[in-house]
Amino acid sequence: MAKGESITQWNKSGDTSTLRNRKSFPTSAPNTPVSKGQSCPTGNDAQSSNGTSAQFSSRLSDRHMCTVLLVLVVGLSFSTRLYKITEPPHVCWDETHFGKMGSYYINRTFFFDVHPPLGKMLIGLAGYMTGYDGTFPFMKPGDKYEHHNYWGMRGFCAVLGSLLPIFAYLIVLELSRSETAALIAASLLIFGLAACSRPVEHKAVINVLLTDTGCITISQYILLDPILMFFIMAAVLSMVKFNQQVYRPFSASWWLWLVLTGVNLAGALGVKFVGLFVILLVGLNTVWDLWRLLGDLSLSLVDIAKHFLARVVGLILFPLFFYVTVFAIHFVVLNKSGPGDGFFSSAFQSRLIGNNLHNASMPEYLAYGSTITVKNLRIAGGYLHSHWHLYPEGVGARQQQVTAYLHKDYNNLWLVHRQNSNESQSPTPDLVRHGDIIRLEHKETTRNLHSHLHEAPLTKKHFQVTGYGNNGTGDANDLWQVEVCGGQKGDLVKVLRSKVRFLHRATGCVLYSSGKTLPKWGWEQVEVTCSPYLKETPSSQWNIEDHINPKLPNISLSVLKPHFLEILLESHIVMIRGNSGLKPKDNEMNSKPWHWPINYQGLRFSGVNETEYRVYLLGNPVLWWMNLASLGLYLIMVAVASVALQRGFSLSQKRKEHSHVLMRGGGLLLLGWLLHYAPFYTMGRVLYYHHYFPAMLFSSMLTGITLDILLKSADLLLRPPYSDWLQRAGQLVLLFTVLHSFYLFHPLSYGMTGPLAHEPGSSMAGLKWMDSWEF
Amino acid sequence: MLQLPLVVTAQVDLVLVLVSLLAFWTRLSRLSYPNAVVFDEVYYGQFVSLYMKRVFFIDDSGPPLGHMILAFGAYLGGFDGNFLWNRIGADYPSSVSVWSLRLLPALCGSLCVPLVYLLTLELNFSHLAALGAALLLLLENSLIVQSRFMLLESVLIFFVLLAFLSYLRFHNAPNSSWSRFSWLLLSGASCAAAVGVKYMGVFSYLLLLGVASLHTWNLIGDHTVSHCVCRFMCLVVVPVLLYVFWFYIHLGLLSHSGPHDQLMSSAFQASLQGGLSRITQGQPLEVAYGSQVTLRSSASQPIPCWLHSHRANYPVRYENGRGSSHQQQVTCYPFKDVNNWWIIKDPGKQKLVVGSPPQPVRHGDVIQLVHGMTSRFLNSHDVAAPMSPHAQEVSGYIDFNVSMAAQNLWRVHISNREAESDVWKTILSEVRLVHVNTSAVLKLSGVSLPDWGFRQLEVVAEKLFKGHSSVLGWTVEEHRYGTSQEQKEREAELHSPTHIDIDRKMSFWAKFLELQWKMLTVKQEDSEHKYSSSPLEWITMETNIAYWLHSSTNAQIHLIGNPVSWGVANLSLLAYQLLAAVYLVRRRRGIKDLPDAVWCRFSCLGCVCVGGWVVNFVPFLLMEKTLFLYHYLPALCYLYVLSPALLEHAHTHLLSSAIQRQALGVCVSAVLLTVFLSYRNFCPLTYGSPELSANQLQGLRWRETWDILYRHR
Repeated sequence: MAKGESITQWNKSGDTSTLRNRKSFPTSAPNTPVSKGQSCPTGNDAQSSNGTSAQFSSRLSDRHMCTVLLVLVVGLSFSTRLYKITEPPHVCWDETHFGKMGSYYINRTFFFDVHPPLGKMLIGLAGYMTGYDGTFPFMKPGDKYEHHNYWGMRGFCAVLGSLLPIFAYLIVLELSRSETAALIAASLLIFGLAACSRPVEHKAVINVLLTDTGCITISQYILLDPILMFFIMAAVLSMVKFNQQVYRPFSASWWLWLVLTGVNLAGALGVKFVGLFVILLVGLNTVWDLWRLLGDLSLSLVDIAKHFLARVVGLILFPLFFYVTVFAIHFVVLNKSGPGDGFFSSAFQSRLIGNNLHNASMPEYLAYGSTITVKNLRIAGGYLHSHWHLYPEGVGARQQQVTAYLHKDYNNLWLVHRQNSNESQSPTPDLVRHGDIIRLEHKETTRNLHSHLHEAPLTKKHFQVTGYGNNGTGDANDLWQVEVCGGQKGDLVKVLRSKVRFLHRATGCVLYSSGKTLPKWGWEQVEVTCSPYLKETPSSQWNIEDHINPKLPNISLSVLKPHFLEILLESHIVMIRGNSGLKPKDNEMNSKPWHWPINYQGLRFSGVNETEYRVYLLGNPVLWWMNLASLGLYLIMVAVASVALQRGFSLSQKRKEHSHVLMRGGGLLLLGWLLHYAPFYTMGRVLYYHHYFPAMLFSSMLTGITLDILLKSADLLLRPPYSDWLQRAGQLVLLFTVLHSFYLFHPLSYGMTGPLAHEPGSSMAGLKWMDSWEF
Repeated sequence: MLQLPLVVTAQVDLVLVLVSLLAFWTRLSRLSYPNAVVFDEVYYGQFVSLYMKRVFFIDDSGPPLGHMILAFGAYLGGFDGNFLWNRIGADYPSSVSVWSLRLLPALCGSLCVPLVYLLTLELNFSHLAALGAALLLLLENSLIVQSRFMLLESVLIFFVLLAFLSYLRFHNAPNSSWSRFSWLLLSGASCAAAVGVKYMGVFSYLLLLGVASLHTWNLIGDHTVSHCVCRFMCLVVVPVLLYVFWFYIHLGLLSHSGPHDQLMSSAFQASLQGGLSRITQGQPLEVAYGSQVTLRSSASQPIPCWLHSHRANYPVRYENGRGSSHQQQVTCYPFKDVNNWWIIKDPGKQKLVVGSPPQPVRHGDVIQLVHGMTSRFLNSHDVAAPMSPHAQEVSGYIDFNVSMAAQNLWRVHISNREAESDVWKTILSEVRLVHVNTSAVLKLSGVSLPDWGFRQLEVVAEKLFKGHSSVLGWTVEEHRYGTSQEQKEREAELHSPTHIDIDRKMSFWAKFLELQWKMLTVKQEDSEHKYSSSPLEWITMETNIAYWLHSSTNAQIHLIGNPVSWGVANLSLLAYQLLAAVYLVRRRRGIKDLPDAVWCRFSCLGCVCVGGWVVNFVPFLLMEKTLFLYHYLPALCYLYVLSPALLEHAHTHLLSSAIQRQALGVCVSAVLLTVFLSYRNFCPLTYGSPELSANQLQGLRWRETWDILYRHR
């Protein structure tokens, strides 16, 4: 035995230092598994060396086999993901967005998206490296790629997706080994076990990912999700590795894993805001870790401060820097005006080449008779807008709608008039001053900006704002007093630079943009109201953006250079607004979070009819339901184990380790699953099936650990030789189930043609187990 | 025996009695002023009236216990339900006993004060701290306002406090006595009542369960299992059963059909007196070939309706230029109409009457549906539907000789069948009609047709049926066996009303589950209210609610808290968290500032009070419904328990010298005095009298954002 240990130790020279440092455990190696525990290591030996007694050679070959297995996993993983990568040769599902955005990077055109830029930048980069020139328009799903080089972008996503099973393998390996640190000898034994008798389970985990049709499908197209999941898994892996370094703080590898965790966190957040959940996971783990350190009275406060600072640097400051850098690159690369301009403030737009505010020249001071656009100062506030539509019946007075609109449009143009409509005919028009009373006439519909004592449509505390009158003749409710914020009576109103408020003469309220989206009758534009509360907020402040007055000389304005931090903050607020603005449409079928774990309904990636090449995103149902079942199983097992511990049953060493693996390793994964799943229940935005995939990764890893421990506990039921057989048989059945179900459902990922599933003769005949699946 | 003197020893906590009396005085005096509908009384009142008339209703705002308590008060006062609750400020007629309507909430509100006193004692703090907590609660204007009207918050707070008090009584009682389990039972019952009054009670219930399971977990190691089982019974099983019991009473009371009938399933409606049951009594149960039926859509959105057809065809071209089949329209119509009748026909036979014996239709059978008044066959084909072009059009088939064959076979698919060959039953079976030729399913799309379709709802057939089952399901509501083969006779038959007899029972559990599900899922369109606010505004009391304004003078009632107490509460919340953080970190480093018993008491205070505040406040941050300031009141009560207890802790454990303690004493008295003064100050807005002048009102507007009303004269 002892010799065997030393050999293994020697084999695993990389780990010996780690193990040697674990001196805090009082008992020493050789004499530990006492009496009853004695049977345990021998049992393990029997397992690990296929029934023969412990021999170095077999163990060596088992170690060898592990490497082979890892290689096999890598090979399988890449081959399943890269197989038929160029099929179908047309735009699938959200490729129309993300592929287009990749092209925007290549063309350096500014756009707006609700996700942070890193994922699309990487897609763009991958496309650029593989010779895609950014000319394909990505108009709508189903468009043929023809001669365009799209395989690079898909391949890049698939490569990242292929890394997921490998990461999962390594994470589970780490998690279940970590607890075996009870004793050096035992840990070595069990490490042997982890490496050699576990492969089947681990492979099960891998297979869960490898052969999960959903996972394959989502990795094969130009989407953000494989990139996001790559960063999530990499972050978790580095975190687990970092936890492993607990006994050698401040060593090089400790720093390496710490920094890698940080980088991956920043990466995850840089792809989608869902990355916040993994940040939360790592944050909780770190807090827990620090709390443990704080309780370690052998560490001085200075040491603890060092630990704390190291984590602040590695997990907060460094990732933040990385994240900000990504945005800096984003802003530097995208310097041409594009479709996303209107979402941003005037200052932001002046940065973009081709925008009318870039190196703009216009009359400097607001004058009567000018044509202007008025932009709300709230971030993503929109332009003051009106159109030929009335408020519907029951919503205030039935007059013309006035809204705020995010896009540039001729309906955003307003004319500035005096209180009494006779314009002075002098060659130089009079300038508008602070305190002047003006009338704003909508250029297109010739109605005046008007307000009155009716409730606003959504913000009931405010008054309604309408367009009223004809050809500029209205009534006394059309009069607004101009005030420059921080100005005095008589000050001129500077175009672009002055913050202006419009006070309604008759009611004393102030023109306000509430930021709430109007229902369908208002074309989902933003509500504009007149607020009786005169507090100065950006919602009630406006600036004059375009200013056209042929009678006045144009002056070049290059004053608007915004600070980098300002545009960073602004782009974030615009993204968050955009995200929460994605409300489900009335007629659209909305996916509910409870649909996901039970695999209730998938997503159609491409193709509807019998003749088309169809790809359907749906998790392998066998595996997903197994995940769900093991989740319940996990909870039961943990409950049983913790009650047993609490009631003080004397458990064998092996059982204690098992429950430790369950509670620590499994607990971490369960937390990860919860953090990536539960928040969706509180979200009001529109949800899709693919939002579950990050949570699914955690769930699958948890399944691996749960089933492994379950099978190992087979000796609770049967005596040793039979329990081993049971364990083996269980592993084989699992493996077979996994492979067979993959074989059954693989057409979902690799594409189907021919008749639909409910008709005979289809490749998926008889597999439509739920009515809600649409293949 | 007789030699023993008959002795009654009673200990009376005079302070407790005094605060209770004060509480009754502040909450109960002049309860019937104002003699007008105040704020949400207009909402709860309508349900009280419906209880008095025993008419069924469904309210998504909360479970029925709260409404029943209010109704009980009204019942005691002899209210007959004849009052039109239509606007805030409407005067009550003399026949309505306003006092009794408002009595029960006010009683609950006053009892909260002694409860808080006792709760502080049970948390192992002194009588002085208990008095402090009671005074803070006593002088809180917002709680007074909320108690004095026919509203539910005070009832909720009462039950929540009672639950915690009785649980702590149980926990603190010596282990040996079995009588302490009666406290546990009371705790469970109060939890059920709290949840039964408002769903919000769930948060406090969960907190209590959390605390209890923590205590129980520590017991698992060394106690017999029976203790754990007892706790489980009292705190989980009993509350659940009681909660169902509230519904049992509710459904028992409300036996008549009413305005919300249509939201419920046909089977449910049939169990109510009047309404549907009047029509459907005596109908044959099994649908047979030749049956005359009306088919009601299972969807209650956008509006309940029946499958309908009429003598009008789809326009040849729609507004957007698409073509149609120009066959007869089939729609869904939300009113009873003779055109809602359809006849079930066996495709193999010609006759439209029921044979003898009747041949029932089973799951999987193929049928044809003939429209009773026009004799057109229900048909579908590969033509885009008028409003939902992705789905197939459904029509009454007319042969225009344009090589468009009839496709009028439908397979009956009973979704809630028990066996494969189950018979199609009136009212009970939910049926999908699957088009045989295209395997599309008859579906209510929910879109209104334009003028040519008389604004009725569109019916389509959709091939890829997605999960939403309710728009696909149809139920036979009215049903009779057809007897006339001739069209003329049949029309007369259809016009005649359906006939009488037997009661159709639905089990209580089925009714309970349906009602509960509907209550949780029915959404009423709630746009923003003038006085709604966001949770973050509550902490600083940025907002108020105007409850009532006198019809001619400036007298008015507002929900405004006592700003001083509010500040004290916020400060103590902050102070507790800071203190707890410091203690925790120091204990972790092995420095024990507090003896274990004191630490235990301190953390228990935090669990109950700070925990209570968190669970009653944080969920609102995630909610998207319309929220009001009064939603914050339960959370606030926890803070009022926290503040004095924290001060006592500071007094005994943080301040060492006598001078510091005296200084604290002075400070506390000063604060209490200002609390009282500020209470007095806002009294006119709390009780609605005396009337204030505009200037005085302006003076009470301590915050810019408060909305205080002035009457222009």
